[in-house]
Amino acid sequence: MAEETGLLPQRSLGGEVPGGGDRRQGLAFVVPALVLITVFLILPALWTLYLGLTDYRLTGVQAAHPKVVGTSNYTHALGDKEFRDALGRTLLFVLGSAIIGQNILGFVLAWTLRSARRWVRTLVETLVLLAWILPGVVVAWLWIAFLKDQGGTLNTILHTPGHDWWFDHPMGSLIVFNVWRGTAFSMMLFAAALSSVPPSQLESARLAGAGSRQQLRDVVIPSIRGHILTNTLLISLWTFNDFTPYLITKGEPHGASAVLPVYIYLTALPGERLGFASAISLIMLVINLLLALAYIRILRRRA
Amino acid sequence: MRVSLEEVTKVFDGGVTALDGLSLDIEDGEFFALLGPSGCGKTTLLRTIAGLETASSGAVRIGERDVTRLAPGERDVAMVFQDYALFPHMTVADNIAYPLRIKKVGRAERRAKAADTGASLSLAGLMERRPAQLSGGQQQRVALARAMAAQPTVFLLDEPLSNLDARLRLEARTFLKKLQHDLGVTTVFVTHDQAEALALADRIAVMESGRIRQVGTAREVFQRPANVFVAGFIGSTPMNLLHGECVAGDGEAATAWGHQVDVAGVRLPVPEEIVTELNPGDKVIVGVRPEYFAETEDGIGGQVEIVENLGTTSLVTLTTEGPRIQVTVPEGREPAPGTTMHVSPQPGRMLVYRADDGELIDAP
Repeated sequence: MAEETGLLPQRSLGGEVPGGGDRRQGLAFVVPALVLITVFLILPALWTLYLGLTDYRLTGVQAAHPKVVGTSNYTHALGDKEFRDALGRTLLFVLGSAIIGQNILGFVLAWTLRSARRWVRTLVETLVLLAWILPGVVVAWLWIAFLKDQGGTLNTILHTPGHDWWFDHPMGSLIVFNVWRGTAFSMMLFAAALSSVPPSQLESARLAGAGSRQQLRDVVIPSIRGHILTNTLLISLWTFNDFTPYLITKGEPHGASAVLPVYIYLTALPGERLGFASAISLIMLVINLLLALAYIRILRRRA
Repeated sequence: MRVSLEEVTKVFDGGVTALDGLSLDIEDGEFFALLGPSGCGKTTLLRTIAGLETASSGAVRIGERDVTRLAPGERDVAMVFQDYALFPHMTVADNIAYPLRIKKVGRAERRAKAADTGASLSLAGLMERRPAQLSGGQQQRVALARAMAAQPTVFLLDEPLSNLDARLRLEARTFLKKLQHDLGVTTVFVTHDQAEALALADRIAVMESGRIRQVGTAREVFQRPANVFVAGFIGSTPMNLLHGECVAGDGEAATAWGHQVDVAGVRLPVPEEIVTELNPGDKVIVGVRPEYFAETEDGIGGQVEIVENLGTTSLVTLTTEGPRIQVTVPEGREPAPGTTMHVSPQPGRMLVYRADDGELIDAP
């Protein structure tokens, strides 16, 4: 046996790698990326965690000598009306624009475009995609112009000059805006999902006499349930963390359009309460984690 | 119920003509095969009967009813798809009962009917399983049960055996034939496998590029293919199609039969019943199945090139002065490659086709 092993190529796991390098050489390739991640991701996260336990402010005495205040930022946040209002607005924003708006509109578009003519499909897909790929600053400006009280496009169309949509219906306008902006993703995901439904199953249902609604209920929705779940989670998380509303309304009027990310920003920078804002950030992170965990649990139960 | 098609044409959006003015009558209770190579339009024809495709022109009738423009659900037909198309999230019982659920049959009646139908196809112990937990043969029976549950007037089967492995396929074939016989419901099935069509069907329609080339019983289609296309398609070993020419008979043949056919330098007697249809100088194609060649001293001579063992027989390929000829020889009689062999068609087993249009020359 001993002499035979000499015929096999020498190979050792972990130590030497092909090309003659060793572990140290491998590490050298990874270090630059690790340094960047540490400096720009891990340290700020830890710093935020620390700040959340202090009364750190942007200026003044607490900026120079912040005091550790323990969990009082958190207890204060949970009892604070402004924070709870912002959280409520965010949930409304997620429910209205993502879970209901983008999900349903995206599905309806994908379902109807399946049987549409080729040029109609291409046209609609391009328009919807355009809303998705335009930079946030551009779409923000477009929607400010679209809903402007004086000379806004919508007011011109509806013959309602002077109606200030962003002032009178800040959350409603934001929800409509976000449905417009984000539906492309759901549409594309559902289009891919629908093309995976075996045509013979739909045809079996048709032969049994099932109409469109029954085909949806009995064949389509059961077979794309996983896709619906994934889509709902992703767009919920994205909408929950979306900062674009700030570009349009800056939280105006009087915080009525301040969803959680905007509220944190307003608290931290113009409000100068960095410690408190850090604490809310962490609460937001925990909510994100809970959402993702719930999703993984549901997926696992299905499998 | 009788199914009849009149001048049915189907042109797809891209301009492809899948069915080309096709007429066909399928009798009540018949087990009918649509047979042809891929792309011949057989599946389109089945889907047109089902209503999944709408005929561009022509009429489809089921019984006395014109169903040409009716939706699939209104035609009272059931179809079993090649992949069975079972609903993966439903149990076997729910799958079978699905057509009844759409027809708004009550829950209790539905379940009873599904249980009955399932039991008749030996699915009784599997009713609460999901399709993914079943074998291929079981899945096929569930698909059949779902088709039977609604008691349709016509069954349509798309390649019913192609998703089963070879051994199971034979079992399923016997089972399917018995089931159709017992139910007595008009059944149309599509297949590209001529053996399957011959074994199962009461009658077969052989199709090529959107047209029917021959309709007949298995025996008719096998023994007297109406043209060289059918002749080449039917039979597990393809028929020999040998180009030849009609010549005036000489010697004894001149007085006895009149004409002979010259194939590869050997004169074969023209079958008696068609002798008046041929004139010397006519170009013909002689069709003889490998099974119907016999060894004779004065037959067509050739060198043995290849011997393929088929079990009870062997298929021998001969190179002659003209085309290659394939003949079967019984077990234990295989010639050695390189040796010479003389063969001629068994009496009454030779078919003569016109060389120009490939149609069978039949008795007047």
